[in-house]
Amino acid sequence: MSGSPLLEFIQQTINGLTLGSIYALIAIGYTMVYGIIGMINFAHGEIYMIGAYVGLLVITVLSLFGVDSISLILLATLAVSILVTGSYGWAVERLAYRPLRGSPRLVPLISAIGVSIFLQNYVQLGQGARDVSMQPVLVGGWRFGPEDGFQVYLSYMQVLIALITVVSMTVLTLFISRSRMGRACRACSQDRAMANLLGIDTDRVIALTFVLGAALAAVAGVLVSMYYGLVNPFIGFIAGLKAFTAAVLGGIGSIPGAMLGGVVLGLAESFASAYLRTEYKDVVAFALLIGVLLVRPSGLLGRPDVEKV
Amino acid sequence: MNRAPDQAPTAEPAASPLLEVRDLSMRFGGLLAVDNVNFDVRRDQIFAIIGPNGAGKTTVFNCVGGFYRPTSGSVTLDGQPIHRLSSHRIARLGLVRTFQNVRLFKTMTVVENLLVSQHTQLETRLLPGLFKTPKYRRAETEALERAAFWLDKVGLLQVANREAGNLAYGQQRRLEIARCMITHPKLLMLDEPAAGLNPQETRDLDLLINNLRAEHGVAVLLIEHDMSLVMGISDDILVMEYGRPIATGTPDEIRGDPRVIKAYLGEE
Repeated sequence: MSGSPLLEFIQQTINGLTLGSIYALIAIGYTMVYGIIGMINFAHGEIYMIGAYVGLLVITVLSLFGVDSISLILLATLAVSILVTGSYGWAVERLAYRPLRGSPRLVPLISAIGVSIFLQNYVQLGQGARDVSMQPVLVGGWRFGPEDGFQVYLSYMQVLIALITVVSMTVLTLFISRSRMGRACRACSQDRAMANLLGIDTDRVIALTFVLGAALAAVAGVLVSMYYGLVNPFIGFIAGLKAFTAAVLGGIGSIPGAMLGGVVLGLAESFASAYLRTEYKDVVAFALLIGVLLVRPSGLLGRPDVEKV
Repeated sequence: MNRAPDQAPTAEPAASPLLEVRDLSMRFGGLLAVDNVNFDVRRDQIFAIIGPNGAGKTTVFNCVGGFYRPTSGSVTLDGQPIHRLSSHRIARLGLVRTFQNVRLFKTMTVVENLLVSQHTQLETRLLPGLFKTPKYRRAETEALERAAFWLDKVGLLQVANREAGNLAYGQQRRLEIARCMITHPKLLMLDEPAAGLNPQETRDLDLLINNLRAEHGVAVLLIEHDMSLVMGISDDILVMEYGRPIATGTPDEIRGDPRVIKAYLGEE
């Protein structure tokens, strides 16, 4: 533990931002679905897991064919994973949510948990329950600091994760704020019945939010499989739980909130592992959630629901 | 009633009513909220439904607008049965409505509220939107122009970029009407449009509704408690009580109808 406290702090910030980016990408899927239909998509963690598997698969296949251009691998993997995972997201909505539209809130919740269990076991059957690993695609990074003391290490992969996260979120924000479909999404999130009465096909908007959420989860999955080089069928559970926490922390239903919540959660975990003990990181993460909700029940950026009488 | 839709509009435009409601009933469990209601709305008509609280007026609205599926009976718009269609399909056929309480998209701007309601008329495919093709831009500009036209019409042009939730109540009401009208409806349904308005605003509303019919050829079906408004602008009035229609006629006929007087004032 000898070394400059400042450098160590910078290192933990970098690690926290990397982790936070992943959480934020997944959290957006939760928050968007909640924003439109007011329900939590409990299969979302598994959607992310599938994204990671597809990513790993595509990278492995590409390297079998001798493709070694990083940008080509990255683009192809992202494209395939977004496409495949997006279809899974669409299917989850079509099979577990749409047939139950109008039934009590608990019913689609249960069916989503069912889908989650199904997907986990389905991947286990197809891919095996053990860790699947691959050679890291992008290695190396920069070191800063004194030769003999603590050095800050910033890997290329971390930069890539931050970069892709920022790009994805910018695209999403532009889509939501500028495009017609995005406008329809915002209208649906405020008053779905009214939007329907004005002629907006709300089923289509709901399907779109599931697909968009799944696409971002796919991006997160690909990045994680490239970062750790390791996936198993169970990574969706804890990642989903954390991302859900991030979404609630930031204010469920708010997209900037999910982004912020993800980053805050990532930083909290990173600092907790460094300055307390690694075992405390989940304790700190969830304690933070409880603390924020006590002070701001609607989350950091959530709008409080004012019921007008 | 079973006319083919393609021959309906040209065959007898003046004679056939725009909206036909036949034997409409709506049951909620043991409660018969609407019992066998019949009425027609002609193409150039302002038609009002009145009645004491709980008479089933809004339930009729909800059945006509596709919000509820009626227990029995039929609703036909322009020769086409609509009582089995979902709301967004009914909206696309030219029937739009407002609610008793204002239901604007409150955190969106005034002009965005008007753009959202043009959604069906605009191309919403993903790729043209992402790449902002010239066609997409042109359509977007036209949508903005239409929005500006309607904002001007209802006197909200100077607040176009405000959040809709921050407008004064009367302004929100007018924005709702503009949001309906921008979809070129054949029939505009207003559920208590004058509720919460002051007398001046009510007079403005009266002028606005008359103007909409005169200049934009829209038929209006409204529920209203404000008798000065109803008696002034309606061509025909349907009176309901306990879910049943008790009288139909012109404002003068309704004013003198003993059953209506009894329903409103009680029996002596």
